[in-house]
Amino acid sequence: PFKRYVEIGRVALVNYGKEYGRLVVIVDVIDQNRALVDAPDMVRCQMNFKRLSLTDITIDIKRVPKKKTLIAAMEAADVKNKWENSSWGRKLIVQKRRASLNDFDRFKLMLAKIKRGGLIRQELAKLKKQNAAC
Amino acid sequence: MAPSQKTAKVCRNPDLICGVGKFSRSKMYHKRGLWAIKAKNGGVFPRHDKKPAEPAAAEKPPKFYPADDVKKPLLNKRKPKPTKLRASITPGTVLIILAGRFKGKRVVFLKQLTSGLLLVTGPFKINGVPLRRVNQAYVISTSTKVDISGVNVEKIDDRYFAKQAEKKKKKGEGEFFEADKEEKNVLPQEKKDEQKTVDAALIKSIEAVPDLKIYLAARFSLKAGMKPHELVF
Repeated sequence: PFKRYVEIGRVALVNYGKEYGRLVVIVDVIDQNRALVDAPDMVRCQMNFKRLSLTDITIDIKRVPKKKTLIAAMEAADVKNKWENSSWGRKLIVQKRRASLNDFDRFKLMLAKIKRGGLIRQELAKLKKQNAAC
Repeated sequence: MAPSQKTAKVCRNPDLICGVGKFSRSKMYHKRGLWAIKAKNGGVFPRHDKKPAEPAAAEKPPKFYPADDVKKPLLNKRKPKPTKLRASITPGTVLIILAGRFKGKRVVFLKQLTSGLLLVTGPFKINGVPLRRVNQAYVISTSTKVDISGVNVEKIDDRYFAKQAEKKKKKGEGEFFEADKEEKNVLPQEKKDEQKTVDAALIKSIEAVPDLKIYLAARFSLKAGMKPHELVF
């Protein structure tokens, strides 16, 4: 029934708090509720499991590795690319892009949507005509 | 007196501690050179006699004594500071006007006038907003900038927007109805020409950016799902 397990080396997404949206690696388990968590650009800290969303990605590390070992293991497992190519990762990138749109960008987006809708309707009309003809 | 070089103020009797000087009274007497002044004056300290007092100008008794003591209001020496321009508003920024006749219009910012108001133009050909003054508080600044280097707005000032002084009309009884009908506010030709010159260079730089012209022609409005506090302008 469960596919993603809390284990040492599991990559998780922080979904609450100051580090919202950051990818971290579970580096040790403290007790039933908390894990020791680490990422290449942050100080190692403890987090409640409720704050983490587990991903499919794991890396191969021993319990509480040194920062250098952690970074090396992340490079080896190619976490960054795997994440950015996964559908979850891609959705997040799109969300961020949409949130950062300028007023002018939103206007251009509206024009593009209208244009696309127009093209689709043209094709649909063609197909309808073909169907009606036969 | 001709302005002389200011020598740094030297303290003759520095404080050892608050209230206690380094030198005693007799030492200070010597330091100040009072002995030399006395010697110059023949053993006595120089005295100056009082100058003969000028006779005070005869004051007339006031014509009017007010019945009650009325307090005079205190003097107001306040000088208003020049309005601070928001950091996000620079010449060439596209602004969204939020109130008034042109609410929702996207407009190009030209410069800040001495009164603190922002000088802004449509351009007129694009969205019907002429050279106009607008208050910073009624404006959202977007991060879209237009190249404004070819535009010269040095001549335009607050006086450009002042109301024309009306000529005094003589009161004629029978002419009341006719006089009212003749008052038409026609824009003087100079203002129209000024608008054209300012807009000519602007429109060129606007057409250089794709879609910017249609963008400026459209009005801004909040649609479903748009949360203003989450929008990036």
